[in-house]
Amino acid sequence: MSLPPTPAQTVGPFFGYALPFTGGGDIAEGPESITVHGLVLDGAGDPVPDALVEIWQADRDGSLTGAPGSLRHDQVTGEVIGRHGLDFTGFGRVPTDADGHWAVRTVAPGPHRPGATPYLAVAVFARGLLHHLHTRIYLPDHADALRADFPDTGADRLATLLATRERDRRYRFDIRLQGDRETIFVDLR
Amino acid sequence: MTTPPTTAPTQAEIDAAIVEADRTAPPDPHHPNRDYPPYRSSALRHPRQPLLPIVDPEAVELAGPVFGATDVSSLDSDLTLGLAGEPAGQRITVTGRVVDRSGRPVPRQLVEIWQANAAGRYAHDLDQHPAPLDPNFTGFGRCLTDDDGSYAFTTIRPGAYPWRNHVNAWRPAHIHFSLFGTAFTQRMVTQMYFPGDPLFRYDPVLRSVTDQAARDRLVARYDHDLSVAEWSLGFRWDIVLDGPISTLFEDR
Repeated sequence: MSLPPTPAQTVGPFFGYALPFTGGGDIAEGPESITVHGLVLDGAGDPVPDALVEIWQADRDGSLTGAPGSLRHDQVTGEVIGRHGLDFTGFGRVPTDADGHWAVRTVAPGPHRPGATPYLAVAVFARGLLHHLHTRIYLPDHADALRADFPDTGADRLATLLATRERDRRYRFDIRLQGDRETIFVDLR
Repeated sequence: MTTPPTTAPTQAEIDAAIVEADRTAPPDPHHPNRDYPPYRSSALRHPRQPLLPIVDPEAVELAGPVFGATDVSSLDSDLTLGLAGEPAGQRITVTGRVVDRSGRPVPRQLVEIWQANAAGRYAHDLDQHPAPLDPNFTGFGRCLTDDDGSYAFTTIRPGAYPWRNHVNAWRPAHIHFSLFGTAFTQRMVTQMYFPGDPLFRYDPVLRSVTDQAARDRLVARYDHDLSVAEWSLGFRWDIVLDGPISTLFEDR
């Protein structure tokens, strides 16, 4: 049996009071944590201030069994109060700010199977984007493994999947929806 | 009231662009073409390079986040509660099942909705069109699907909403839905529409789904058995998540 799927529609401009949640970018904090941040840019190179970036990733040990609790609630007020920091949920969600900028704090993922190249899986939503996009963030330590995983894709294109190290534990990853250095978006089949 | 700039296209120009776009087969007939000129904001926000196909049964994206009792409160699924008074508008319930393309239910997963109020106004600073805000309605809700994949919300029927895509552009009444499956590849954001809305044919967002049968899948149906006497009208909308997990099963 194969049912036809429900079509996608754009997230629109007004998700900001519904989807972002307190602590959405704080996937993991502590001495092991890293910051990954960047801009979402359109085909004119202008920042996209109404995009939503979601991250799904393995834990440091490569485990993909993220725990519940990303949107933990206060039972008195009903407000989202954020994670308690004990379990790794593997999920982050951040809106871009007025400058098109987003940031998450997390841990570098481990290999999700022996020999696998670790990465952060990313979903991007925006006003003007009728169907969300998936991409991946590879940390620069894994540049060679990334090229080995995609031998048919040019190094220039693959570089759009590589975060750059700005300083210790801080990485930059811009998402270019269109144009020069357009980010590679992936289609898992 | 702000008048859109005179450079904005007319409805007739958008209608012509919709007819033109209907002639272009989308890369995936089930979904909108991300390059859809009648929706003008898509022009600079779609990739021009083809997506990179990846076949990897152990990809990170074939797992996904999970949610549980701590992620939703019991009030989250009733958008008419939680503030000082009752929101204005017609009370409705919206319910349905979330399944994958094999028809298997998606249990214990997060469903999030957001919408305009009964006057068509969003509780967002960027929506400043002259319709009243409702102090008793913020317009977002969450729930977890049950073991059968079912979700249910109580809310009010949203109004149509004016926007600046073209002159005299109005979005048909809709509720935004955000859905998770068992895999991150099944992630879905979409919009639910109400049956019989006369604005359907004018709306480039809905029309971006160029196949009529696929468009029809975005429209809830009125279900009289779900209506509650002297209380609420009932709508049913079932959701089928796309994604390769089910494809793998189908191929066996």
